[in-house]
Formats: sequence, C-alpha cells, structure tokens
Amino acid sequence: MGEDATTHAAPEIGQLGFAVVSPNPHSPAVEVSGLVKRYGPTVAVNGLELLHERGTVLALLGPNGAGKTTTVELCEGFLRPDDGTVRVLGLDPIAQSEQLRPRIGVMPQGGGAYPGVRADEMLRLVAACAANPLDPAWLLDTLGLTSASRTSYKRLSGGQQQRLSLACALVGRPELVFLDEPTAGMDPQARRLVWELIGALRADGVSVLLTTHLMDEAEELADHVVIVDQGRVVAQGSPRELTANQADEQHLRFRAKAGMDLRLLREALPEGYRVREATHGGYLVEGHIDPQVVSAVTSWCAQQGVLAEELSVSRRSLEDVFLELTGRELRA
Amino acid sequence: MTTAEAGERVTESGRFQPGTFRPAPGRGRLGRMLLTQARTETILTLRNGEQVLLTLLIPLVLLIGLTLLHVLPLPEPRAGSAAARIFALAVMSSAFTGQAIGLGFDRRYGVLKRLAATALPRWLLAAGRIAAALAVVVVQLVVLGAVAAVLGWRPPAAGLAWLVLLVLLGTFAFGALGVLVGGALRAEIVLAVANIVWFVLLLVGGIALGADALPTGLAHVVALLPSGALAQGLHAAMVDGTGPGWQPVAVLLGWGVVAGALAARTTKLT
Repeated sequence: MGEDATTHAAPEIGQLGFAVVSPNPHSPAVEVSGLVKRYGPTVAVNGLELLHERGTVLALLGPNGAGKTTTVELCEGFLRPDDGTVRVLGLDPIAQSEQLRPRIGVMPQGGGAYPGVRADEMLRLVAACAANPLDPAWLLDTLGLTSASRTSYKRLSGGQQQRLSLACALVGRPELVFLDEPTAGMDPQARRLVWELIGALRADGVSVLLTTHLMDEAEELADHVVIVDQGRVVAQGSPRELTANQADEQHLRFRAKAGMDLRLLREALPEGYRVREATHGGYLVEGHIDPQVVSAVTSWCAQQGVLAEELSVSRRSLEDVFLELTGRELRA
Repeated sequence: MTTAEAGERVTESGRFQPGTFRPAPGRGRLGRMLLTQARTETILTLRNGEQVLLTLLIPLVLLIGLTLLHVLPLPEPRAGSAAARIFALAVMSSAFTGQAIGLGFDRRYGVLKRLAATALPRWLLAAGRIAAALAVVVVQLVVLGAVAAVLGWRPPAAGLAWLVLLVLLGTFAFGALGVLVGGALRAEIVLAVANIVWFVLLLVGGIALGADALPTGLAHVVALLPSGALAQGLHAAMVDGTGPGWQPVAVLLGWGVVAGALAARTTKLT
C-alpha cells in the first residue's frame, strides 16, 4: 500500500513525524456529521456532529446508553451508519477500512482476547500486525503486566485485562486511538497511570478519542469535551469553557442547622442570586460570589445565631454542567 | 486546571520519554501476520484440554478400540480400515467441531473484533484460521498414523498423494461448515450444535459404521455426507492405495463451496 512505502522511506521524521507519514495530514482526526444509527425502534445515535482536531484529546462524555460506544464503533468501521457521514483521518471507515485500520488503535469496551491466550502472546500477535510496533515487553512492563505476561487472559483481573487491551491499542504506534472507557474497572494507581499515558500520547502528537462517564477524567485529560445524551451532542467545549459558560456562575456552599428561613438572606443579597437548602442542612447560593456576598451570608448567619460551617466557594464543576444537561434522575 | 497544565504535569512526571509514542503507523508483513496468527491459534488449540480430548484422545481411543475389539464390522485389514475411519473423524473433530466452538467463543470474547481492528486484512484473518486448523490436523494425523502403524496399518505408497488431497478437501469442507455454524450462532448454541452434529456423524455418518454396513437407502445418503465421503475416500487411499473416484471428491468440494459461500454472508464479528 502507498502509505506503507512513505512510512518506510521517511528517514528521521522528527517531532512532527505524524504529519509526514499521514496521506491527508490536514484532515481532522475525526469528522462526523448528521450521524444516525438505529437498532430497531431505538435511535442510538441521532444526528450527531463531531469535530476532533489532530493531536488533541477529545472526551465523549455521557451517561450510560447515551450512544458513546455506538458512535465510537461507527468511527472504527464496525457499524454502518443509517445516515450521515463519518471521516476518520480523512478516510471512510468502511469503504477505506484497509487503509484506515493500520493507522488507528482501538481499545474496545471489555473483551478482545482469546480466553486461553497469555497476555504476552496476545500483545505480540497484535504487534505482528504493525509495521513499526512498540516493544511488547517494554509495553507490558510499563503497564505493570510483566508478572502477568504468562497468565492466560481469563485469569487476569478486570483491571489487568483493561491494561492489556490498552497495550493492544497502542502497540502499533497509531496516529489516532479510540479508547472506550479506558479506566473502567481499574484501581486508582492504574487509573493514574492511564491518565499519564494519555498525556504522553498527546504530547507525542497522537490524537486520542476517549469515552467516559467520569467527569474528573474528562476534566483532567481532554482538550475538548463533547457531552452526549440520547444520541446527540448537548454541549461541547474545553472543560474551562463548559464550566465557565455562564461566566458569573459560582457556588457558595455552607452547612448550618436545617430548615432556616431564607427570606432575609434573599433580601440581603442583590437581585439575581438564588438561595436554597440543597440538602438537609446544606445551603447553596448561586450567582457571582464576591467578598460582599460572603460577608452578607456570614452576617445573616450571625443574626440568626448560627455558625456557618464548611463554607466554600467553587466554580461550577463539569459534573454540575453534566447533570444540568443530562438530568439528575437515575435512568433505567 | 487547564488541559495545557495537565499535559505539562503529566509529561513532567517523566515516566515516558518524549517521542515514545510518536506515530509510525503501517501494516506488518503479510507472512509474519499469517504465521503469528496461525501459530497462536494452533498453540491455543493444543493447550486447551477439551480440544485435545476432542481432537486427539477420543480418536486415539476409538482407533485402538476399533482395531483391537471386534465389536463393529470392519473390512480386513482391520488396522487400515480403522485408521481410515479415524482419520476422517479426526479431520471432522478439529476442522468442524473444534473450529465452530472456537469461533463461537472467540466472537463472544471479542477476539474477532480485536483482530479486525488491527491492520490484519479480513482475508488474512480467515487464512490464519485455516492455516491453524491444517496445522492441528497435521499433528493429529502424525500421532494417529504412528499409532495405527504400531497396530498394523501399512500405508500403500500409491495412496499417499490421495491421502493428502483428501485431508485438504476434508479440512476445507468441514472447516467451512464449522465457520458457518460458529460464525452465526450464539456461543452456547454453537457448542450444542457442533457436538450433536459430531456425534450423529460419528454414529451414522459413515465413520463408526461404514456405508456398506448400512441399509442400501441410507448408504446412498451417507455417501453424500462429508463424513461418509471422506471416510470412503480415505479407505481407498489408505487401504487399497487407489484414487477415491470422483464422487467423494465432488461431495467434499460441494459441501465446502456451498458452506463457504453461505458462511461468507452470515459470519459476524461478534
């Protein structure tokens, strides 16, 4: 194939090497428009739009059943869209699958190995499919799998299986990796490691598209967060843009005795502030929080003869945005 | 924290040298991919206790039993006739039952999807499985052939080329049927169907009982089954040292082509 020849001919390709080896270096990592996928009467993806710039980390964030995995599998060419277009590195994932697959790394959600295969055998098999693979032994060591390398897949713990799956996604030195819930089932150390790894991928110019329902993961890792719900994009932007959407929105929280009369506090605050007892004895003031507002709250408490405890001021977290957009109710 | 800060902090922690993951994509060499996949799948089959029972131990016990115990009618020389039947059983066991069950569970565990997401071309994915199935058949026939020789089978030199051809055709026909069953149904159903078909073909498909020991009507049907055709053809090659005639060859080819064409449409990755 054409791009193989280019790859081999490229001498020392330097820091921006990915631009040299890529046949369409200017096309986005992923470009999706009007994407629709139905399963019978269920619409899993419903007119989704997505633009993932090269060399960045994009997080698809959404509740379970939001259509994240379906979207990723449409991008990987495992599913055929009912409508809309998908371009990955400028290629059609189904019609140009043979050209695309050498250039992407895929970490599916769960599974992905023969039950009886040993960890190192599986990784070496996937490595053999690539022209310039990373050293499998090094990768196993990096992911803390050396001691498990002779263990059969079915005997690995869930977190170890996830790490092996991640290794398989990375071993071919892809330009773009799809990581479907990469840290699911991992302990905090492994999770930290995966976060570092994703940081290193990004620093080396690899584009990363990951799905997660963990806010902190999206907030920590992603350049661009796309919040999806019921198969469509409900919000997107950098974590900062999303959380600072309403520039003045901030929270002041404090604890005091439950059931206090908030009328006087509302009168003490300027127009536009919202005050409520969000939880039993947990009070929330929403609006632009400045020293005057803090002072008004504490003096109101003093008037009431109560001590405000655990008083804190915070910007909206991604979690707040997420829950606002996707609803607070637990879904079936 | 901004993501730029996050990126810096993560890199500063210094676990990864800059440039470690610098993209260098490309497809591996075809020969190496084929060899690695075939070797991995062959080793997995030979390491799997149930597969060894199915592909080696049961045929071995039946080979010895058929040869030494005069329970079932067999043409003389008994050792050669038994070897021909058991070679047919061995091919059916690994290429059909083993392949079907393996494929059913590989789909269940996402192996096909995993491999389909690599640079491995789809045709190579199939070729790797076929190569692995053939490698297992070779191991089976070497072991069974050695035991049959000890029991008194004297292979006629003139039949060896026919033996190789028939084993290839048999692996093709049964392998295609195995992929047809294993590629479309749920893993548990595959397990049940593949074992039942194996058992039925063993009993009345021309292996335990030769076509000549069956009523005439049934004998004609059995000769059209892949098991019956393979057993008959192998008997000619391994005992008489002659060609099998056109019928067993046509039967095996026919099953293989039809099952293969169907399997190409029905096989799913998951």
